[in-house]
Amino acid sequence: MGFWRTLSSGIDRINQLLGKIASIMILLSCVVSASNALLRYGLDISNNWPLELQWYLFSAAVMLGASYTLKRNEHVRVDLIYSQLSDRGRLYIDLFGLVLFLMPACILFAWLSWTTLFYPSWLVAEHSLNAGGLPRYPIKFIVPFGFFMLSLQGLSEIIKRLSALNGKQTLLAVDFHYEKPMQ
Amino acid sequence: MIPLEWMPPLMFGGLIVFMLIGFPVAFSLMAAGLFFAGIAISENFFGMAFLQAIPQRIFGSVLANDLLLAIPFFTFMGAILERCGLAEEMLDSMSQLFGRIRGGLGYSVIIVGFILGAITGTVAAQVIAMAMISLPVMMRYGYNMRYATGVLAASGTITQLVPPSLVLIVLADQLKTQSGSADVGSMYLGAWGPSLLQIGLFALYTFFLSRFKPDYLPAVPESELTLRGWALWKKCLMGMIPSAALIFLVLGTIMTGIATPTESGAMGAMGALLLAWIRRGSIPNLKGLIQEAYQNTMRITAMVVFILIGSTCFSVVFQGVDGGSWVEELFSNLPGGWVGFLVVVNLFVFFLAFFLDFFEIAFIIVPLLAPVAVKLLAPVLLASMNGNPQAAASAALVWFGVMLCVNMQTSFMHPPFGFALFYLRGVAPKEVKSSDIYWGALPWVALQLIMVVVVAAFPALVTTLLDKPAAVVESQEFNFTDGDEAKSEKIPSKVDEDAPVVFQLDKPAN
Repeated sequence: MGFWRTLSSGIDRINQLLGKIASIMILLSCVVSASNALLRYGLDISNNWPLELQWYLFSAAVMLGASYTLKRNEHVRVDLIYSQLSDRGRLYIDLFGLVLFLMPACILFAWLSWTTLFYPSWLVAEHSLNAGGLPRYPIKFIVPFGFFMLSLQGLSEIIKRLSALNGKQTLLAVDFHYEKPMQ
Repeated sequence: MIPLEWMPPLMFGGLIVFMLIGFPVAFSLMAAGLFFAGIAISENFFGMAFLQAIPQRIFGSVLANDLLLAIPFFTFMGAILERCGLAEEMLDSMSQLFGRIRGGLGYSVIIVGFILGAITGTVAAQVIAMAMISLPVMMRYGYNMRYATGVLAASGTITQLVPPSLVLIVLADQLKTQSGSADVGSMYLGAWGPSLLQIGLFALYTFFLSRFKPDYLPAVPESELTLRGWALWKKCLMGMIPSAALIFLVLGTIMTGIATPTESGAMGAMGALLLAWIRRGSIPNLKGLIQEAYQNTMRITAMVVFILIGSTCFSVVFQGVDGGSWVEELFSNLPGGWVGFLVVVNLFVFFLAFFLDFFEIAFIIVPLLAPVAVKLLAPVLLASMNGNPQAAASAALVWFGVMLCVNMQTSFMHPPFGFALFYLRGVAPKEVKSSDIYWGALPWVALQLIMVVVVAAFPALVTTLLDKPAAVVESQEFNFTDGDEAKSEKIPSKVDEDAPVVFQLDKPAN
């Protein structure tokens, strides 16, 4: 079990770091977007690259942040049944969903988006069609990478839940505590 | 062998089962889509290659989407403003102003709710901020608890409908069809009428209650009203100035064309940061607050956008098995034509809102209904839109969207799952019974439902302010002249120099 637990906490740490990067990207995209409007109106400066940068930052933040959000158990659920269950019941639901829903979907999408989205774009070094735009392939790389990290996080969650079911590991309460996210 | 016609209803049923299991919605949607894609492939409805459309759609219409950037911007703004003391100041001065009349504290909550709604659009921030201030005050003066909690939850929830609202932006993004689309600007214009009428309705209810049950909403004793005359007005004005500045930053920049709806959200967030910095003296640990705010924002954004990614996966497959025409057939042949359609859809959304969030409803249900809504509702509006079919189609979507938005307010208010009640429970003192919060919400849910009926019966409430270009033969032109991004996306190769901003996104052809 030692190897698996090391693996799980290693994945957790990487995704936590990616989550930090993602949240700074959100802040940056906010600054970029506000200054786009100000520069355009105030100084009549308008470029295509900052316009593209704002959604680059947004998509990167979403794809990189999703796995950390999963680690924090903050993806919203329909908790009609889930909220009625015991901790053990919830562990089983999570295992079921991780193995049959999350992992197949994320692995498939990581592969599909690598072969059909990123790779063709990288081969031709795809560039934005707009004048002064940004290269397109780096942001397309984020999609398979994000799904890949999400499947890794899925693996880590499976390990944690299995060892919790075996009673070998007392997990931090925060990992299992589920609350509907605020909006 | 499964006939193709069975696939859409099977998929829809399967989706419900997958979601009820209780695993996060985003991944349940993906899994449901892929599960039925597997069946469709094995039945030869489409080939493996069809699945390649999914990453293209995820990238093209979810990630490379400027409008969705509004989600983090408005969330961030709300998270900062919650702690800036904006609500506190306004409630404080307003309750001094209205305090001497019966129900005065109720009116002040309704008005402040509306003003806060015009600044930003997060229900959580608003309910919590208002309840922290007003609930103890109302308790002290002996307000009926059911009324107090109800008016707080409802006035916090109205932020969804008052522009600039995240719900309206998200709905505008989802209400796109071949024949027309609802852009954010029109959604905002359309929502003003209903939102003003709704606070009118809330105030009217408060008024009647204060006449028939005077002891429910007593006036504040004269001795407690310390400020009067000029000092009182000055305090009110001082509370209003930061709000007015923020309203200008967000709504003003959209209406004057300085910023797109997305950029205005970013401006608002910057404005909120500035306000927090100005008031840094009264905010403990400002740096920590900002950090927490953008980290929370990131996780909420990832969560919401992943629901959209999941529903994109589901809907690609759903459309692949001809689900669109199934939904259209289902809803087109209802008895009563468009009236029947509206009744059924509103009831459907009302009940769905018991266990789904507005994001889930907007991403899963709304795109399916939009084409039917255009088909059935556009003819109703044709005459009032100068007989211009293009404008009527877009107006129909705006009308439909605003109506759904009014309806989805109830999803925050339904006992026992409503978010607003949940937040209220979180900040209410222990003496407030949960049953009071639940019972207290019901009259306000009824008022919201009355508004749904009013909006459905009087589309002019929504469409009066909309652009009404005269009917022209080359109706194609109308797609492009507005210059808003929702429409310009349809012309990826054409650059419109006159438009304030044109986002050129490389959308895939599908």
